[in-house]
Amino acid sequence: MSKELLHIENASIGYGQKVVLDALNLSLKSDELTVLLGPNGSGKSTLIRSISGVQKLLGGRVCLKDIDLTDYQTKKLAQEISLVLTDNLAPGNLSVFALVALGRFPYTSWLGSLSQADEEVIQWAIQSAGVEEFANRQLGELSDGEKQKVMIARALAQEADLMILDEPTAHLDSPNRIEIFHLLKTLTKHNDKAILISTHDIETALRYADRLWLVVEDRVVTGIPEDLVLQGELEEAFKAENVSFDYQKGTFYRSIATQNKGVNLSGNPVLVHWLGHALERNGFHVTQSAALKICAEGTKEAPLMRIDGVDNSYETIEKLLLELTNEES
Amino acid sequence: MTPLQSTNIVNKKRIGLLLFGVAMLFILDLALGSVKIELLELIKILFGQEVENQAWQNIVLKIRLPRSITAVLAGGALALGGLQMQTLFRNPLAGPSILGITSGASLGVAAVMLASGSAATAFAIKNLGIGGSWLIVLASTLGAFLVLLVILAISYKISDNVVMLIVGIMVANITIAVVSIWQYFSNPEQIQEYILWTFGSLGGVTNDQLAILVLVVGIGTVATFALSKSLNVLLLGEKYAQSMGLNVRRSRLMIIFTTSLLAGAITGFCGPIGFVGIAVPHLTRSLLNTSDHKILVPTNLLMGAGLLLLCDIISQVPGSSSVLPVNAITAMIGSPIVIWVIVKRRNLKSSF
Repeated sequence: MSKELLHIENASIGYGQKVVLDALNLSLKSDELTVLLGPNGSGKSTLIRSISGVQKLLGGRVCLKDIDLTDYQTKKLAQEISLVLTDNLAPGNLSVFALVALGRFPYTSWLGSLSQADEEVIQWAIQSAGVEEFANRQLGELSDGEKQKVMIARALAQEADLMILDEPTAHLDSPNRIEIFHLLKTLTKHNDKAILISTHDIETALRYADRLWLVVEDRVVTGIPEDLVLQGELEEAFKAENVSFDYQKGTFYRSIATQNKGVNLSGNPVLVHWLGHALERNGFHVTQSAALKICAEGTKEAPLMRIDGVDNSYETIEKLLLELTNEES
Repeated sequence: MTPLQSTNIVNKKRIGLLLFGVAMLFILDLALGSVKIELLELIKILFGQEVENQAWQNIVLKIRLPRSITAVLAGGALALGGLQMQTLFRNPLAGPSILGITSGASLGVAAVMLASGSAATAFAIKNLGIGGSWLIVLASTLGAFLVLLVILAISYKISDNVVMLIVGIMVANITIAVVSIWQYFSNPEQIQEYILWTFGSLGGVTNDQLAILVLVVGIGTVATFALSKSLNVLLLGEKYAQSMGLNVRRSRLMIIFTTSLLAGAITGFCGPIGFVGIAVPHLTRSLLNTSDHKILVPTNLLMGAGLLLLCDIISQVPGSSSVLPVNAITAMIGSPIVIWVIVKRRNLKSSF
């Protein structure tokens, strides 16, 4: 059963005189993965800093478990909110275990010695984050994606009900990014945690978010990702000159069709997709009504493409494109 | 259950070896010098037994023992100061002198020695002698403390460690400039005294001064050990440290204060001994391949003590009656060791 963990009442955030976002009314529920999505420089980091208590609000309030954030002591707050940041500054000659153990900081005595219970929490965190295979290694030997997973394990060891991640995947490649989001998704489902993650990666956000906080100019709209897409909020949030949102594919694109060259594609859907992809880059646009018809048969390993009215077949898209451009000139 | 066990055993062996090495160097430092004393006799003297040669007894108990203990304290204290500064500022070039503590002490000493025209000070220095003078100790401690106060006042306003580091370096530069101007307007004899002090000396600490030094370094060491948990989370940077519940501002104040206490006291009694503070932490991290301060604090203490003992042995040029300035030896002996270890292990960069 999901319950409200954090709510933001009429908050305004920013630096000194400069208000970045105001009149914010938002809430976070446990067992939900909330993604804060917005373009670069939209105030995502400021919002994250304000929620995690690093930065003071300019107005309004943030309540965690019905207690105002400013009423928490540093140590108590660390038991409620854990943080993962973009940059990984951890020294290379620290073992994974030792790093995850640092997460027990708000619980251990002044000497920092670990009790049996602490050790068990650390082991649990290492397993939950899926880093047990390199628990004995030094951080310096790990890849960026693995390091970030270790940082998440450390945040888990903090045993906080709310985990906030500020662009944790900014330096990671696609498979690692998906891996991290998948991990976070699993954690919300199995551990009754609320997770807030900020990113500017639209595709992953749409795929994994239970709920979006979408920064649209100076307001933050919330909802299920698909609803926000259909309401046009996503397009509004990331709008830029000449760039538009493809509601079929769920991606932003900038049309590069130079002249009005239509092409009608049919056949194997996978081939049609990638053929359309290549043709669009070369100035064509795919439409049913076009006179130029291309039929793509065969499998993705062995494609066989024909242009209507041409007595030839092509086994790679490159050869087909060559033919089309030859025809043009 | 504890995955760290294997490395723990390796490190325990190394720490044991280190402890043994320091003990050996301590004995050697006592035995070697302008007068060679036989090992058996030396041990007898140390255990309070009477030996035939009364002079040996005096040399060991009144000259060499205070000197060796001073070397142990100074080496350990400076290494701990350096370790804390490097972790706090996340910078491999930081050392105990980085915040202007050493230059503050120098300013204090310069104020006493170079206060030209003042008959009282000139008289005092002539009577008390270089290094062993309470006046100099007092002046340098006061100088270090004043610079520290300035730094602490500024640190209260600044929340960023890197900015803090730059401020510290700037304050140090101002202090050095003041000393430099002072030197410019001083008599050559006065400058000579001052320069002698800057060479550093482990031999100037008398028995009653030693008690104070033991006390101060003891407090500093205990404080550093108590700070090791905070130092460990600071390894991840201030933002992470704060998110894990560390009061960053207060911890920084305590770290700066502890370092000042350690480095200020040593500089006051022994002069500005360079190099140890910046090099020993690298040496220790590199050899043990860890950043855990619970291991680094005791090992830095040992490593610093060992290195300064070695330098002291060499500076006395065993078998001859001449003594070289310890400050030159620390760099001359220490630098090649550090270069060798760092090049061999190639893991320095991973610490930062």
